[in-house]
Amino acid sequence: MAFIECKNAAFGYEGKAVAEQLNFKVEEGNYLCVVGENGSGKSTLMKGILGLISPMEGELILSDGLKKNEIGYLPQQTDIQKNFPASVYEVVVSGRLNRLGNRIFFGRKDRQEAYEKMKIMGIYELRNRSYQELSGGQRQRVLLARALCATQKVLLLDEPVTGLDPATTKEMYRCIRDLNRKHGIAVIMISHDIGTAVREATHILQLAERQIFFGTTQGYKRSKVGRAWMEEDRND
Amino acid sequence: MISVLREMLQYDFLTRALFVGFLVSLCAALLGVSLVLKRYSMIGDGLSHVGFGTLAIATALGVAPLKLTIPVVVAAAFLLLQLSENAKIKGDSAIALISSGALAIGVMAISITTGMNMEVYNYMFGSILSVSKEDARLSIILCIAVLVLFIIFYNRIFAITFDETFAKATGTKVKSYNMIIAFLTAITIVLGMRMMGAMLISSLIIFPALTSMQVFKKFLSVVISSAVLSVGCFFAGMIFSYVYGTPSGASVVCANLIMFLLFTLIGKIKS
Repeated sequence: MAFIECKNAAFGYEGKAVAEQLNFKVEEGNYLCVVGENGSGKSTLMKGILGLISPMEGELILSDGLKKNEIGYLPQQTDIQKNFPASVYEVVVSGRLNRLGNRIFFGRKDRQEAYEKMKIMGIYELRNRSYQELSGGQRQRVLLARALCATQKVLLLDEPVTGLDPATTKEMYRCIRDLNRKHGIAVIMISHDIGTAVREATHILQLAERQIFFGTTQGYKRSKVGRAWMEEDRND
Repeated sequence: MISVLREMLQYDFLTRALFVGFLVSLCAALLGVSLVLKRYSMIGDGLSHVGFGTLAIATALGVAPLKLTIPVVVAAAFLLLQLSENAKIKGDSAIALISSGALAIGVMAISITTGMNMEVYNYMFGSILSVSKEDARLSIILCIAVLVLFIIFYNRIFAITFDETFAKATGTKVKSYNMIIAFLTAITIVLGMRMMGAMLISSLIIFPALTSMQVFKKFLSVVISSAVLSVGCFFAGMIFSYVYGTPSGASVVCANLIMFLLFTLIGKIKS
């Protein structure tokens, strides 16, 4: 059984498909990198996986006990957040919102869960600091901890290293790798950096308004599409 | 100051106005934190102009003002929210469009019927004398409803203010909560408008939140500080207005302005 499976799915807006002929699966422990150039349909597919838009054709199946609101999501940071008055704890615990149900306030269990995720991400000491005073890398860790609060199973990362310096970028990738290998969380990462994708991921999905490759990273390296793209990347 | 307040409380209409004002300031401050952070501050301004237009028409038609104004302003709030999400007309221009349009309609209604008089002046700049017994009762019920809803939805309001996409992705009905915020804002504005005036009511929403953010860096502290500041400035302004005979709405706004400058200074010194 797969957590997420796309069967001949197409996603788009106003009747126009932006990403189509999608056939792929994400299973437990997978690390899937979605690559492609700008405008290739990566973000549209991401919205589809998150359930923000429904497939125009085909189907997107969530199974293995994965509920629609249980995908931990790391969005790109917005302008509003840069000067947002919120403590690290307040941000992280807001990831528990999908478990709040009919309760009004977060309880002890929510607090413990938030503390635990902050420890995993190494930001427990920062819990009373203000989000706006943190560095770019620290902010990403806070948002990752929040995503972990929302899921036990699947993380969806949208270009997680945008705007980070090389050292922090490396650190971020190590972090994601640990979550995948040590904590067994399936990862879907949107990226335009093919080098990192083949280094980190177990599976690759390449888009160019439709699916042009899906398979293991090993298979991708041997494939025509993969070789062509990696070659192009080296020449850049 | 306490003795002045005691003296003020001897008048029935003043007690009523102070109590309603206290509740409205509280509601406005709480909602203001979310509105300012979401860059929706101008919605408050737009809605107050719509409120002015509707009040003018209600007076021209001889209808009870609050009963007509509340539904119209609530409808305008929903419309503004829809327009802000629509990419064709940007949010800020949509607000400018609606607010100047409503203002013009109000002025037309006035000029055709009564002409510019004291009542119209009161709509624009507020008067504590305008809070009737019936208005007060309705205001108190609605304000308490706004406060209770704010507390119930506190965590959700935080989540959608901080990160709408994430909240949506984890199953929060963002659209409904945005509607709730718009609805609560519309009610607060209409209730506060008679006392503060259509031109000044939006300051009650914007000032406390913006002032608090100069010093406080956590969401909960900003919320609490806004509530305290808003209520404090309201009473300070009212007392000043009573003693020196200045207009009540403008006095409250000036108190807010002083606190804003003070907090900005403290914020600068702290960092």
